[in-house]
Amino acid sequence: MTLKNLPAVTYLTLIYLFFYIPIIILIAYSFNNTQYSLLWHGLTWNWYSELFSDADLWIAAWHSLVLSLAAATIATMIGMLAAVSLYRYRFMGRQLLNGLVFILILSPEIVTGASLLLLFALTGLHLGFLSLLLAHISFCIPFVIVTAYSRLVSFDKNIFEAAKDLGATDSLIFRRIILPLLWPALFAGWLLSFTLSLDDVIISYFVAGPEFEILPLRIFFYGALRGKT
Amino acid sequence: MVKNVVELRGVYKSIHDHDVLHDINLVVREGELLTLLGPSGCGKTTLLRLISGFEEPTKGLISIDGKSVSGLPPHKRQIHTVFQSYALFPHLTVFENVAFGLRCQKVPSAEIKTRVADVIKMVKLEKYLERKPSQLSGGQQQRVAIARAAVNRPRVLLLDEPLSSLDYRLRQTMQIELKQLQRTLGITFIFVTHDQEEALSMSDRIVVMQDGCIEQIGTPRQVYEEPQNLKVAKFVGEANIFAGEILAVNGNNQVMVNILGKERPAKISRPFQAGEKVHVLIRPEDVRVWGQPEVEDSKQMFPGVVEEVIYKGTTVDLMVRLNNQTVIAATEFFDEDDDRLEYKMGEKVWVNWTPGWEVILPHEND
Amino acid sequence: MKMTNPFKVFSLSIVWSWLFLFALLPFGLILVASFMQHDSTQIFISRFTLENYQQINNSVYFHIFEKSFWVAGVATFFCLMLGYPFAYLIARMHGAMKNFLLLLVIIPFWTSSLIRSYALIAMIKAKGILNTLLLGLGLIHEPLQLLFTNTAVIIGLVYNLLPFMILPIMTNVERLDIRLIDAARDLGANRFTTFKRVIIPLTMPGIIAGSILVFLPAMTIFYIPDILGGAKSILLGNLIQNQFLVAQNWPLGAAVSVVLTLVLITLILVYIRTTHGTKNREWI
Repeated sequence: MTLKNLPAVTYLTLIYLFFYIPIIILIAYSFNNTQYSLLWHGLTWNWYSELFSDADLWIAAWHSLVLSLAAATIATMIGMLAAVSLYRYRFMGRQLLNGLVFILILSPEIVTGASLLLLFALTGLHLGFLSLLLAHISFCIPFVIVTAYSRLVSFDKNIFEAAKDLGATDSLIFRRIILPLLWPALFAGWLLSFTLSLDDVIISYFVAGPEFEILPLRIFFYGALRGKT
Repeated sequence: MVKNVVELRGVYKSIHDHDVLHDINLVVREGELLTLLGPSGCGKTTLLRLISGFEEPTKGLISIDGKSVSGLPPHKRQIHTVFQSYALFPHLTVFENVAFGLRCQKVPSAEIKTRVADVIKMVKLEKYLERKPSQLSGGQQQRVAIARAAVNRPRVLLLDEPLSSLDYRLRQTMQIELKQLQRTLGITFIFVTHDQEEALSMSDRIVVMQDGCIEQIGTPRQVYEEPQNLKVAKFVGEANIFAGEILAVNGNNQVMVNILGKERPAKISRPFQAGEKVHVLIRPEDVRVWGQPEVEDSKQMFPGVVEEVIYKGTTVDLMVRLNNQTVIAATEFFDEDDDRLEYKMGEKVWVNWTPGWEVILPHEND
Repeated sequence: MKMTNPFKVFSLSIVWSWLFLFALLPFGLILVASFMQHDSTQIFISRFTLENYQQINNSVYFHIFEKSFWVAGVATFFCLMLGYPFAYLIARMHGAMKNFLLLLVIIPFWTSSLIRSYALIAMIKAKGILNTLLLGLGLIHEPLQLLFTNTAVIIGLVYNLLPFMILPIMTNVERLDIRLIDAARDLGANRFTTFKRVIIPLTMPGIIAGSILVFLPAMTIFYIPDILGGAKSILLGNLIQNQFLVAQNWPLGAAVSVVLTLVLITLILVYIRTTHGTKNREWI
């Protein structure tokens, strides 16, 4: 498979164009000196200056950042423990956990969002930062589990028996053997969670409250009002 | 008085209602290299895991240094295992790998340094202390695995098919090295292998196993020259096995046996009676083949025709079809100057062996 | 005879707590809620009823299910047609070029999916770029009314979900043993036969995984039909969103969610049956 293969190269290029054209358009239009028309009316920084001076937008962006950082980190920690437990231990309900992770990943976000809203409503949890955080952590954890687990299965299982044979406790095995070998996967899981959380619209839509604005929702409503960013 | 360092009495193990080990009785002597030998699935690895503590017996008693270890987890037994895949920690250096067990036991740093240095010297890996396992060859990795286990001064070292992933030449070299290492360290080794040549060349004693049972325990010579039953005879070394019948029992362990239609004297190592059906075992290397012209007195010999000649460099294997249609295998050392050994297919020959070199076993149904 | 293993206990209790509180419990609540009544003043009246499910059974809702299926199905089909060759080509590459190309696929998705959908509007509206281009090339004589139609929704779905088709297929193709293809060629198969009888069956798990990963969100994302399809386009996602947050008919919303989940489970079972026997079943 070399680049001399013209049909292949053409095909790939077309698909990439498909991905990138809308983005290029976006960037181009952000400089366009008109609000509604699509014709080019001249270069302008107006939109950007408006953007930068929109304090609410900045606050929402900041909120999103904090939320996603926190959610990704906590989700990675819990997901890591879950993946290790699934990998190492036989415990009651292991099959259930396995299946549940599978289902959670594929679950429509809308059902997850609605169910969490239901939970919060019934427990009287005020919709705001905490509800968002709990929701984001919950939907990120399965992704961390999958990423970490697929790395764990590539280990030689015997090293755990060898460590036990030499006198290591499980806690030590975790700290000195599993963690150092697993951390690239954990980082990937964290990154994945961070991205998913930052971009999440659907679940956040259900469980967000008025005081703690996050960026995706702000854009959603902003766009709905103005028809264009 | 040689101490017994490990004892198994009446040990059984079932996994999922399947009997993996039956009635295992075994005593391991201090300082010996004992091999568990048997085909895949015979239970030898399970037995090893019972001794090391990764599994518990369904029934029976296992004791180390006279004390029962029932319920004791692996790291509390004075026993360490060297795994077939070596199981070295990929992210730690050779030094850290070897020091791992000592660190778990909170041995002081200075002592760790000296003990690791000592054992590394014994396995001749001083120059590799700072390398990671991925930078080592298979043979070197194995020595690290042994060092890692041995540095903790266990009473017994268990090795699960440690040489099976090495190529032929390296395996031969490592067999000698391991034996020497065992003597230097002075630790009791329990070895598991399916390779009978390996077992014969390295062990002080061999435990031959099949289908979850111990078939025979003995020194390599005992197991090879005096197999107790057909299973052992067939598994350890090659064997020609014929049916026969005891004709008469003379004194001094001598009998007359009817084999393949001829009456021959033979030696027995256990009591038989006249009229008893037996199996006669003769190893290929003990079979003599003579060309027609060389033989004068062929009364005690078996006539046959050469069916197959297999030249193996040091030896030549012959398959000879005897007149009653049985095939006998013979192995002779090949001497290129000896014309006698130029056998051709279809040649008529005489087959014989020295009386007393055969083994008489009770008749068994296959 | 089992020793208590503090680390194991600690890990498992954290995991199970989270699982119970935030996965099992909410789903259980939805299930229960779907059987409840409501009225204009209260969200729930805890009286058992099947009226929610009966409502779904009526033709309007049924029609919405049908339409969602159709739209999602078409979107999945196009994702497969576009994504399979792409995934195949990239998977067969090696080294830095491959990683770079992969990164190029992922980068657009670091921008918000909402914003990208708005950009799509700019592309396909009557005075948009696509129409301008096609008119200019003389391929059409009147602008295509794409915006606020099913087609727009499908385009939006394909645009957003294509990577989800590409990644599983790519992983699958990477694991393909090239010697099998050589063996087929050696035995006399031409390229087409090799493709049909060797490559497709072997990459089927990836195809199915990708299809599921596209089909399910395609049925349930609400903001894409919302933005690109306009008020006319109600799909399942919008339906649920609507019931919960606008109409405040939570039991009905719950019932729809339950039905959706049942569909999901059915699809997963289909997936498991078709990959029956392969060890790789756990999370591709």
